[in-house]
Amino acid sequence: MRILYPFLAVLALVLISFVGAKMPGGQSLFGVVIPYLAFFAFIIFFIKKIIYWAKSPVPFRIPTTSGQEKSLPWIKQNKTDCPSSTGGVIGRMFLEVFLFRSLFKNTKTDVEDGPKLVYGSSKYLWLFGLLFHYSFLVIFLRHWRLFTNPVPSFVTKLELADGLLQVGVPVLYQSDIILLLALTFLFLRRVIRPQLRYISLASDYFPLFLIMGIGITGILMRYFIRVDIVSVKELAMGLATFKPVIKGDIGVLFFIHLFLVSCLMVYFPFSKLMHMGGVFLSPTRNLANNNRMVRHINPWNDTSIKPHSYAGYEDEFREFMVNAGLPVEKELPPAAEEPPAAEEDKPAE
Amino acid sequence: MADPKPDVLGVSVARDPSLMTGAVPSKEWMDVPAVFKPGNYCYPGKKSIVEYHSKNFPGLFGEPREWEVESDDWKLPDNWKEIIINGIKERLDKFRSFKIFMDCCVRCGACADKCHFFLGTGDPKNMPVLRAELLRSVYRNEFTKAGKILGRIAGARPMTFGVLKEWFMYYYQCTECRRCSVFCPYGIDTAEVTMMARELLHLVGVNTNWILEPAANSNRTGNHLGLQPHTFKDNAEFLLDDIEEATGLKLNSLTFNRKGAEVLFIIPSADVFAEPGIFTFMGYLLLFDHIGLDYTISTYASEGGNFGSFTNNELMKKLNGKMYAEAERLGVKWILGGECGHMWRVVHQYMDTMNGELQRSLEMPVSPITGTRFENAAASKMVHVSEFTADLIKHGKLKIDKSRNDHRVVTFHDSCNPARGMGMLDEPRYILENVCNNFYDMPENCIRENTFCCGSGTGLNTGEIMELRMRGGLPRANAVKYVEDRHGVNMLSCVCAIDRATLLALMEYWNPNVGVCGVSELVGNALIMDGEKERETDLRFDPLPGTEG
Repeated sequence: MRILYPFLAVLALVLISFVGAKMPGGQSLFGVVIPYLAFFAFIIFFIKKIIYWAKSPVPFRIPTTSGQEKSLPWIKQNKTDCPSSTGGVIGRMFLEVFLFRSLFKNTKTDVEDGPKLVYGSSKYLWLFGLLFHYSFLVIFLRHWRLFTNPVPSFVTKLELADGLLQVGVPVLYQSDIILLLALTFLFLRRVIRPQLRYISLASDYFPLFLIMGIGITGILMRYFIRVDIVSVKELAMGLATFKPVIKGDIGVLFFIHLFLVSCLMVYFPFSKLMHMGGVFLSPTRNLANNNRMVRHINPWNDTSIKPHSYAGYEDEFREFMVNAGLPVEKELPPAAEEPPAAEEDKPAE
Repeated sequence: MADPKPDVLGVSVARDPSLMTGAVPSKEWMDVPAVFKPGNYCYPGKKSIVEYHSKNFPGLFGEPREWEVESDDWKLPDNWKEIIINGIKERLDKFRSFKIFMDCCVRCGACADKCHFFLGTGDPKNMPVLRAELLRSVYRNEFTKAGKILGRIAGARPMTFGVLKEWFMYYYQCTECRRCSVFCPYGIDTAEVTMMARELLHLVGVNTNWILEPAANSNRTGNHLGLQPHTFKDNAEFLLDDIEEATGLKLNSLTFNRKGAEVLFIIPSADVFAEPGIFTFMGYLLLFDHIGLDYTISTYASEGGNFGSFTNNELMKKLNGKMYAEAERLGVKWILGGECGHMWRVVHQYMDTMNGELQRSLEMPVSPITGTRFENAAASKMVHVSEFTADLIKHGKLKIDKSRNDHRVVTFHDSCNPARGMGMLDEPRYILENVCNNFYDMPENCIRENTFCCGSGTGLNTGEIMELRMRGGLPRANAVKYVEDRHGVNMLSCVCAIDRATLLALMEYWNPNVGVCGVSELVGNALIMDGEKERETDLRFDPLPGTEG
């Protein structure tokens, strides 16, 4: 159910756009109206989510220290995993965001007879996660070709690099293949590994299927079922300049592709995909470990919470303290007949 | 209920079908209820104790009452769900971490096999990701559009009594050790989630006595054991006799509540109370006497550990405030802290933020012996005894005879909080390398920032859940076993008072030939004191090498 439903949902989206794009007015609905709505929904709700997060303060500085702190000058600090300055934090965040530093540390633990726990290196999630994200980025950037005229040189250079193998006509982009491979790995991992299968939700499979759908329709258009690329570019340019026109018969595959992308944009801000924004705001990563060096201010710190006072403590135990030779602030009254005070304050028993 | 023997439990861990051994539960986790039975839960807070806390914090500890965990009637207030949901809302508004950690998880599973409780029990809900989902599912249901519309398909579920039971079970099977957060690509910290969940549970009066009573004691008597001032002093002074017996020296440098001392020294109170902490305490005293430190110990602020930090941030703040209050009252220049784990999470990451306004005249800590300025404690004015000692050794201020620890083959357990909530990794190792000849680290996946919890932190070191503790501590014990087999390690050192209590039980269970000690005990053994007699035993009266027979 957790796998089937999202799969069917993506299938339904394909079907809707397949049928819809062929209906009268369907091309402008699926080619213009929905993409616009989706795009603005993405922008608005993405920003709303960031504001929602940012509205809450960071009351305590709680970095997870993953290396040696800055302490004595002759002890080597681990500046990337336990930064104590802003520069260090930027370094840590860079490694986290661009190289998935924490995931790189991943291990796999097995239990053997004995009992004996065995820890193995496990870089596959890191590798395929990285491959997925970077190929997605490359593909995203390559699409700028459609929205710009003249095409910026970084796009043509990127295309050149992406097609380095020079296989096929049109040239095969590695990123297309890597994206689908990585998605397949991430999917199979969820299905095959018992721990992963048990924790996975429908909302973990849905984006996988959705992005797979986008990738497959994109690849089909480029290599197998060609669409009218000139019209596509005209539409894209029109969308970018707010003068969209649809000329000729672009081909239904394009509208399916575009609709799935629209769905992804709408879905994005309401889903776990927001980790894209959240990773920057995570207080265990984006704060310097300088808690003892620089005071961190908690805006809602309740200054009315005071420690149990020393005076109250001494009042309760003064007699004992005097008898034990402990210094006191107030001496015992001359006639020390009173029993130790505040017995009713006693919590125990 | 009798706890299983190690050989039986060992087979159970490795062979019983569980998610750890590859068996997949037939039911989805939302459909598996939490079932309490003797041995798998901590006893609830006594009514009188909850009343005590409620007096200081109306509402935060719920309705004081007698209740049974195994019963289906927890005598919750009628509007308990509303209290919980409002409590979530309030905490979302106060903690950005809470929002981010509720929204960002992609369930990649990197954390799954990082938790010592999951490794030892194989219980799916001990995977950090599911532990967080227990709360996240309710968050989605109440606070996200997807959850409200799609319900269970989006991983949402309403707050029910069954959910509350799950929370009580699994947020008290988390020791807030933060190991999972090292591996999480978004830094999601289950410790933070557990802290939120425990705050919420307290709001409806769902709690454990083993945390609340020590917290009440800490507030009233100054220490979690409830030692009154004269008893605390007696206990500490009794150890002077032991020092005299071992070294021939009657130390007179130990004072209590003395105004005008340069340094206030705060320890976890167990160090004056129980083995092996008392040996650590003897080590501190020898060290300070050796260097002529002008220090005093307070009976009022006689607890470094902060049991409030296992309940809510308000009680944490209240208990912690004593440190600064007492330092100011005594007029010391700065504070030195003993070997304690979660104490240092609080001191390092919370204290100055929470209670900084209580310190007015404290100064930047400077070692009176070496002149070293502890710039890393410039704001909080509190230095760890391992930092302090490492600096002394580096400057050659200690006369050391390493061979006095030759009967110990030592390894070092990084306590979770100093490791992952502070980053103090090399200081204790530097000390150990300088006070003993036989020091071997455990494998790298089990030390430093990857260290494994003792299995009993955050107020779980109570006798009623012994099997759980031995399971949770297994990864740590296993790594010790590795160096025991390979290098003959017979002493597990640490810088944490809870460790000194819990690792003792853990070693007795899994590795009975390995003892437990604080780092400062080994320092005390090795120190060549002026005017001492020829040392024939160490501080625990075990004969020194070469003096046997």
